[in-house]
Amino acid sequence: MRMTTFSEGSLPSAVFDRPTWAPLLELSAREVFDIMLGTKLRVLGSPTNVKDGEFTALVGLAGSLCGVLSIRCTNQAARVMAGKMLDMPPDEVDSDSWDALGEIANMIAGNFKGKLSGVGNHCMLSVPTIIVGTDYESRSITGGNLIEVIFDFEQRPLWVTLELHE
Amino acid sequence: MSQIRALIVDDSSVMRKIVERSLRQAGLDLSSVIEAGNGAEALGLLDSHQVDLILSDINMPVMDGLEFVRQIQTVEKLRGIPVVMITTEGSESNVVQALSLGAKGYIRKPFTPDQVKEHVLPVLGL
Repeated sequence: MRMTTFSEGSLPSAVFDRPTWAPLLELSAREVFDIMLGTKLRVLGSPTNVKDGEFTALVGLAGSLCGVLSIRCTNQAARVMAGKMLDMPPDEVDSDSWDALGEIANMIAGNFKGKLSGVGNHCMLSVPTIIVGTDYESRSITGGNLIEVIFDFEQRPLWVTLELHE
Repeated sequence: MSQIRALIVDDSSVMRKIVERSLRQAGLDLSSVIEAGNGAEALGLLDSHQVDLILSDINMPVMDGLEFVRQIQTVEKLRGIPVVMITTEGSESNVVQALSLGAKGYIRKPFTPDQVKEHVLPVLGL
């Protein structure tokens, strides 16, 4: 797979490249779920109900990449993820599901920026933020630089979204 | 293999549990595991606990992992404890900085138990 490269030295400003970055984002998520949860993600062919996700984890990116990576899923899906990470039944997972979702978002963001050669050294990640509920609006100020991949996670939708500033 | 006392530092409780499980899967005989959510909390624990190994995240609130490693090197009784960084911040500059500050190894998330074994056992001389 082709790598997007930036020269070292002065702070590079990454140029949004959807055709290259979309498969890298997909690969980044697949690797995290495969390695940390032992789960193979499958890309959904068509969008599903956009309100069907009560848990959202956000990780900010600053530097040569500036924006937000988010993942969104249902409460039950978050419990299943945490259960797989901790090797315990989903019903026994409590607030760990929030923590797990944030950590997954963090790893996807880190994995993604690591695939953009030269960017990793100039891009920092925030600690994750978790939003619980669906009654909120998100207004992008990124100028439309958005990549969204919708996966099937154990028969439940999982949105992975990257929004970047110009 | 002798018993190991480990300190795991990460702001994610889930990740702390995964790291502990990975250490056991790597074959380490852990006699005790203590946990901290950031570097400052970890330094507090090290006042009253002796450990043989520290695994630390970098990106944490209050005190990050790089500052934590820097602080460890200023304390005579802590300086010899091997520290392995486990983090998503896998950029080359962070690796170089962590190692120059005194960290003995570096594992990038996501990681497999085999990767933990590969990076942790050598710093313990095992």
